[in-house]
Amino acid sequence: MAIGVKVIERPIAQTSYVRATLKGMALTLKHLLDPVKVTVQYPDEKAPLSPRWRGTHRMLTTEDGKAKCVACGLCPTVCPANCIKLVPGEDENGNRYPLVFEIDEFRCIFCGYCQEVCPEEAIHVGRHYENSEYSREGFVYDLERLMAQTHPVCEMWDPADPKGE
Amino acid sequence: MTLFALLQTAAAAVPQATLEHLPQPESGLAWFLATIVKMLITFTIYMVGVMMVIWLERRVCAFIQDRRGPNRVGPHGLLQSVADGVKNIMKEETYPGEANTPLFVLAPVISFIPALLTWAVIPYGAPWDSKWGTIDMALAPLPVGFLYILAIASLGVYGIVLAGWASNNKYSLLGGLRSSAQMISYEVALGMSTIPVLILAGNVSLGQIVAQQGGRGLHWNVINCTIAFFVFLVAAFAETNRLPFDLPEAESELIAGYHSEYSAMKFSMFFIAEYANMMTASALMATLFFGGWDIPFTLWDNVAPHIFAKTLVTFLFFWLKIMLFVFVFIWIRWTLPRFRYDQLMSLGWKFMLPTALAYILVVAVATLAMSMAGITYSSWQFAVIMLAVNVVLVALLFGILDRGRLISPAYSRLDKQNLAKVREARYRRAALKPVTTEGGAD
Repeated sequence: MAIGVKVIERPIAQTSYVRATLKGMALTLKHLLDPVKVTVQYPDEKAPLSPRWRGTHRMLTTEDGKAKCVACGLCPTVCPANCIKLVPGEDENGNRYPLVFEIDEFRCIFCGYCQEVCPEEAIHVGRHYENSEYSREGFVYDLERLMAQTHPVCEMWDPADPKGE
Repeated sequence: MTLFALLQTAAAAVPQATLEHLPQPESGLAWFLATIVKMLITFTIYMVGVMMVIWLERRVCAFIQDRRGPNRVGPHGLLQSVADGVKNIMKEETYPGEANTPLFVLAPVISFIPALLTWAVIPYGAPWDSKWGTIDMALAPLPVGFLYILAIASLGVYGIVLAGWASNNKYSLLGGLRSSAQMISYEVALGMSTIPVLILAGNVSLGQIVAQQGGRGLHWNVINCTIAFFVFLVAAFAETNRLPFDLPEAESELIAGYHSEYSAMKFSMFFIAEYANMMTASALMATLFFGGWDIPFTLWDNVAPHIFAKTLVTFLFFWLKIMLFVFVFIWIRWTLPRFRYDQLMSLGWKFMLPTALAYILVVAVATLAMSMAGITYSSWQFAVIMLAVNVVLVALLFGILDRGRLISPAYSRLDKQNLAKVREARYRRAALKPVTTEGGAD
């Protein structure tokens, strides 16, 4: 025992290589024939997302197709990553609306504070994850693009129903 | 009586198998053309077979691990190996700075070619009585086929050792060294385990060995020489560097061992060589112990007329047997963990070699005794007696010998004194277990 091999004492009568091997082979054969596979065939089938999944944003619209946003400025204020750029505007009736509303999805940390803080339930984080683009500029989503998204939005955590039931 | 003399007597005691299958003389041109066609067919089937085996390995491994494996390229991913081959040819070849370039380039070739060469002598189908003469379904039906195989098989280690040496990488070198030690150790057992087969066949021509296993019943050598088959199987695993004997390329210790430094198609060559070796070993097992191309329980394939359909059917049967063993190779690989190096060596030298030698003696004595008692090889008494002897030996081997002695665990190498020391140390540790302090922090 020149080399430091850890020694675990077992009775000789309980040690068998061939039988243990055969046992192991039976186990692997069982798995071989088992039709249940854990692989999700990704592009063909997708694993279900949690209802609280926070992905890229989506701006909800009113019935006449305008953004619900009233440019109150709460979301750029609360945003810890400072990724929302908002320039407010006002129309002749005194209604505020966003002149510029951009979210840099690269800076975004997907905390979902913007959705939580929004008084109009306009900006949402979405249940969505396929976001590839050919350029970095493509990841700055402007208002039109945010409004054009159709994916489902995140359901925020409700303190009254912590488990989401 | 020396062992050699005993062997000679035993060999002489076995009646020579019928010479029915030896080819009748053909015209030179027909022989030449037939050989070329056979070469092309063998090579093509072999290479396609290697591709399929690689696919099979990945598929079976995935299924064993509850995954799906390659299933995108072609139906069920069958063309995955083609895609990989194309990718590997396109890839850049890298050379380590201080590598011995000629040897570095040569090594993958040397590791691949012996596996291919072995196929020259393996008979893969019943001979065909064509109108140009009898065509033997082995590329080169050498009368010393088996010796040729032993000679070629020992060349395989050169590729690996040279790869390890030429890479100028410590891990590669270690892999190469391990491989040389392992393959030399197990080659002895491999050679010895085949002697009983040769005793029974009384010949070293593979065609004769297959012919001797053919017949109305089941005359396969696996029944006559079960222990030899077991030793051969284990030695074949070691010779092909497959788990549990893949120490030359132990990922967790040596990165990838001898092929750490190889990239692109040269790496691919090692990969192909591994699977080619596997198929060759499977073919040898099928030929030596499972009757080669013989179809069991029927004489149809062994007697004239040797029509082409017989050749085809026996060919399919041969490939069925090969694929069965290839599957066993894969199955074992995804079941067993790797041996420790000392376990590998002690298994090879302390168990396999003595077992193989003792078994030669058993088979030789049994054959000699039966020949003296007038029991011929083809009689049913011969088969029954050999079967009985083997059942007893297998029970002995796996019931009594396989008790912590087959693969030595660390503790089995301790003598009584050291064992007492280990025990004492353990009790002391248990007694000195630190007592947890009670009460909160002040």
